[in-house]
Amino acid sequence: MFQFTSKAKTFSYILILVGLVSWVAGYVLNNSHEADSGNHTEVVAHTENTAHDAHELDMAHGHATAHGDGINHETQINNRPWSALMVNSFFFLALGLGTLFFLAVQYAAQAGWALGLTRVMEAIALFMPIPLIVIIVLIVLGQLHVHHLWHWMDPELYIEGGEHYDSIIAGKQGYLNFGFFLARAIIYLVGWTYAARWFRKNSLKEDEVGGDVYYKKNFKMGAIFLVFYGVTSSTSAWDFIMSIDTHWFSTLFGWYTFAGIFVTSIAGLTMLTIYLKGQGYMEWINENHLQDLGKFMFAFSVFWTYLWFSQFMLIWYANIPEEVTYYMQRFGEYKLLFFTMVAMNFVMPILIIMSRDSKRISGLLIFAGVFVLAGHWLDHYIMIMPGTVGSHYGFGLLEIGPFLFYFGLFILVVFRNLAKAPLLQKNHPMIKESEYFHQ
Amino acid sequence: MASTEKHIIVRALYDDDDVVLDAVKTVRDKGYHVHEVFSPFPIHGLDKAMGLAPTRLSVAGFLYGLAGLATSIVMTYYMMITDWPQNIGGKPSMSWGLNMPAFVPIMFELTVFFAAHLMVWTFWMKNKLYPGAEAQNDDPRLTDDKFLMEVELKGDKEALTALLKESGAIEISEA
Repeated sequence: MFQFTSKAKTFSYILILVGLVSWVAGYVLNNSHEADSGNHTEVVAHTENTAHDAHELDMAHGHATAHGDGINHETQINNRPWSALMVNSFFFLALGLGTLFFLAVQYAAQAGWALGLTRVMEAIALFMPIPLIVIIVLIVLGQLHVHHLWHWMDPELYIEGGEHYDSIIAGKQGYLNFGFFLARAIIYLVGWTYAARWFRKNSLKEDEVGGDVYYKKNFKMGAIFLVFYGVTSSTSAWDFIMSIDTHWFSTLFGWYTFAGIFVTSIAGLTMLTIYLKGQGYMEWINENHLQDLGKFMFAFSVFWTYLWFSQFMLIWYANIPEEVTYYMQRFGEYKLLFFTMVAMNFVMPILIIMSRDSKRISGLLIFAGVFVLAGHWLDHYIMIMPGTVGSHYGFGLLEIGPFLFYFGLFILVVFRNLAKAPLLQKNHPMIKESEYFHQ
Repeated sequence: MASTEKHIIVRALYDDDDVVLDAVKTVRDKGYHVHEVFSPFPIHGLDKAMGLAPTRLSVAGFLYGLAGLATSIVMTYYMMITDWPQNIGGKPSMSWGLNMPAFVPIMFELTVFFAAHLMVWTFWMKNKLYPGAEAQNDDPRLTDDKFLMEVELKGDKEALTALLKESGAIEISEA
């Protein structure tokens, strides 16, 4: 049994508190900064050129770009605390959701090797509802116009003949309207949470009862969840992230986001497993299991890069104004971050964990995992920030605060879940296969 | 390679992959050198039991991949930029660097092509598999359901025979 030490508990409380305080402090500073408008022109002076170019392009192509002139500097500065919260919410949602997907895959594929890890997966998957609830709160706040992360929530865009009328966004109203949007978010929350709790409940019952009843049930539920997730992973990516750049669309976006979610969660799972082993738990997990996790981390880093490039190359090649604006901004104000992010997510895993031997060394897996986690945090940052705050981005209390807050909450919730049940399933019919797994 | 000039090779036939794997371990524990093992399919962990050095094929594969990458860069540069400059995607930049995204699929494919093909060829050469090569195992049963271990004789022949019998060999011969 895992012991959630009081030291770890205190640590998580401190993180939560520090995170909250930083975000609130950042929020206050951000708002006072906004009042002093003379100051901020200085900050954005270096990016004024690119912003100007983008605007000219807007005009030339009849407001075909994301946001066009709908969002001004003041709104962008106002958005920053909420954007930063959204980036971190989505990142931690990815950690939980990807792990839930991975757990369902193990059951549906009737895999043996990963059964020694299912309790850790369950614990992480059960964290998933928390950031999702925060996102739902953000959606409601958006509709109340506390912030403007989702530009299409602005009612003036739909007034025909009005000054801000936007025919493209108005054409998407059938899908992008508050009622349906909120309903979808709640469907994700209910569906995903239901699956996570279901898997947990059944694996605990299996410990008591045994037999192959739950094995069969898990197989069915795994398959059903994967179909449900196959649809909702794409739609949730469109909803939460792609609709930020409302004009822009990419048919690959759902997959791209999913690849990021998956590799994030594998890196998280690997690092938590190594941590638990370091604390003297999970003696049944050895370098063979770690190598398999490393394979997933490596393979899906490459898969993510493949999708990143596929999305980029087609848009770059076709050179259609309403599509390229997405990358104009990312190659403009966000250039350095953008390429750093690709290097962290592609080059570092290639260099660190390509060979078989390096995947069997926990130190190297952690080293690669740090790059993958930081890289995908940055990827989510670059997906969300340009459309919401434009050039007014930064790394300060606002961005670090929510991260620490969620990190503390993650430790608190996941460790609590881990402590509630034995770290190894007892009666799964293939548990021995995991124990004797070697390659 | 049934025998070498210096050593006498004793051949022991088995009918189970687990038995031959254990036999390799016991024979090596007694200080004998296992010259070769023939099997109709790969036996997991046999390379470790035989004490074979880890393969360097992956290092070779990495270098082949780099060679393929270099070839693709030179090729695209020559074809698309210098020899017959192309206007790619409506961007007549005439520079390899700016047109690089268009060449990435070619770079990827040639990297994979070089690595895969050259690795297979290397594998064949290292294992002396080429058109007209002489079969190294002359017993057709080894391609069906039997396993053969070749041990270099050292010291008393009777002792080795007894050890092999004990380890589960169904046939022992000398070659």
